[in-house]
Amino acid sequence: MSNLPRPSKDTGWRLFVRTMVARAYPRVIGQQRQRWWMFFEVTLPLVGLSAYVFVYRAIGAPADFVGFVILGGAMSAFWLNVLWAMANQLYSEKQTGNLPLYIIAPNSLMAILLGMALGGMFATALRAAAILLLGSWLFDVKFTITDGWTLAGVFVLALCALYGMGMMCASLFLLYGREAWHLVHAAQEPVYLVSGLYFPINTLPHVVAIAASIIPLTLALDAIRQLVLPSGAADGWLPVRVEMGVLLLLAFVFTAAARVLLTYMERLARREGRLTEAHG
Amino acid sequence: MAQHLAIETERVGRIYKPRGRKGDRQPRVALDQVTLSVRPGEIFGLLGPNGAGKTTLIKILTTLLMPSSGTARVAGFDVVHQAHEVRPRINMVSGGETSGYGLLTVRENLWMFAQFYGMANGVANERIRQLLDIVKLGDRISTKASELSTGLRQKMNVVRGFLTDPDVLFLDEPTLGLDVGAARDIRTFIHRWMREHPERTVLLTTHYMIEADELCDRVAIINAGRVLTCDVPGRLKQGLRRHPIFTLETTILMEAELASLASVPGVRSVTHREGEGRTILELTLAEEQVLGAIFAEMQLRGIGLITLTKREPTLEDVFVDLVGRSMEDVEHVEPAAAV
Repeated sequence: MSNLPRPSKDTGWRLFVRTMVARAYPRVIGQQRQRWWMFFEVTLPLVGLSAYVFVYRAIGAPADFVGFVILGGAMSAFWLNVLWAMANQLYSEKQTGNLPLYIIAPNSLMAILLGMALGGMFATALRAAAILLLGSWLFDVKFTITDGWTLAGVFVLALCALYGMGMMCASLFLLYGREAWHLVHAAQEPVYLVSGLYFPINTLPHVVAIAASIIPLTLALDAIRQLVLPSGAADGWLPVRVEMGVLLLLAFVFTAAARVLLTYMERLARREGRLTEAHG
Repeated sequence: MAQHLAIETERVGRIYKPRGRKGDRQPRVALDQVTLSVRPGEIFGLLGPNGAGKTTLIKILTTLLMPSSGTARVAGFDVVHQAHEVRPRINMVSGGETSGYGLLTVRENLWMFAQFYGMANGVANERIRQLLDIVKLGDRISTKASELSTGLRQKMNVVRGFLTDPDVLFLDEPTLGLDVGAARDIRTFIHRWMREHPERTVLLTTHYMIEADELCDRVAIINAGRVLTCDVPGRLKQGLRRHPIFTLETTILMEAELASLASVPGVRSVTHREGEGRTILELTLAEEQVLGAIFAEMQLRGIGLITLTKREPTLEDVFVDLVGRSMEDVEHVEPAAAV
């Protein structure tokens, strides 16, 4: 042991990047080590989606509606990941004992959250792609990409806004115990309705659609449909560029709010003794 | 320039205010005016029963919790106002912790935590390999953490704590629930580390007296949030040598018989536990002659004596002398102090 020299350590942005990469690592590698779980996370959602597909076919809905369902199924993977692996995550980390170790380390908690987000995006992108490809093949859905670059832009902005929202919720839920779990549970189901996951958002009353736009999934799906489905433009709610602008704004607001809330909540949690589970 | 203390607390207090409806529960005093000084290079023990306030103090010193009153400094920095200066200089390992990720290997888990301290990959991996070899975990470097036994996982946690080479390391019950062999390996590792890095500091909390005796340069005995005494283990025990201590194994005793023995003049303290078909008494007497009165009382009440041993005082005896009860009794009986 005596031949171990004192290690030099990075600080500043280098420490930030190291932390982010290190926290993303378990999510990326975890996906590779749980391949059987990938099977369930792709096949079970597909079974759920097929119910909508058969309903639409039974009532003679336009063929593009099946495309709505497949796209909605793929994007809902991100929503579930944001809820369970972002919003709920700091609470889970508190339970496993990781949170105190994140706090006492010299890193930034924001780097931890960004690492979780990056890892989550990567792992979920694989899952979403598998749902999209398998669903398209099973139900013979034809996508027509009219503007690839815009589509990529919408997708990236959607992820930034979604995971920004997850980071903000993670900060908020830091103080909560089991209530966080209930809140996440409560947020899961209504989104299937208000975000128009499986139907065009313009069928909702305008007030509801505007309110639902705070969930990045709503505008992201509407924009993506306009860009990949033949009837997308006709069924679209707002122009794609407007939706991209709002998504950019949401990404910025959510991430900035996450940063402010994280600092505030950490201080509050330190004062109230809520960063660890039990008082000894 | 005068060297700063590794740890310094000045009248630190902590009151937990319960959440939920008002009036349901009373606020609880976890720490009450704790003043301590730990010099660089010391292994300092904080000894006390569960709920004594040891973990609360560690949480304050590691910047996880703010004190309700008083001030605390680690490595010369205030834990409330200079937490960002404290954090690069410390690390913490808790007993029974399940930190890290089960899907990652031992090396990957340790690498991840090293990154949070800004260690370069090459340096981190080299240190991980060497430290794992020292704790005899080198052959499990590629094993998933979820596949490790409790003892091996705790060895991994201990390596995590030392990996970043902190100035001050907080070990909160590091051998809790471990088998004898694993606990001994961890104690040996701590001892070796401190011998080879005499400028580092370890604050160890434990309720295992033998562990404190074996490892610590100084110990503070804490109960109900208060520090009762603080000194070198040898001196604490030395203070009790003027009072002889006897272990008596007797036929099984009822409460009334225990009370009658405790009330014999000259008995300073009595603790007891049940053995197989017998009661084992630990008696601290004012002087050896009191033993005669004890025997007389036993004869009067028909209590049979099986064995009698005179022994050297331990830190447990110091605790009993200060509190009047054994740590085990305190853990079972003592209600949380309310304000």
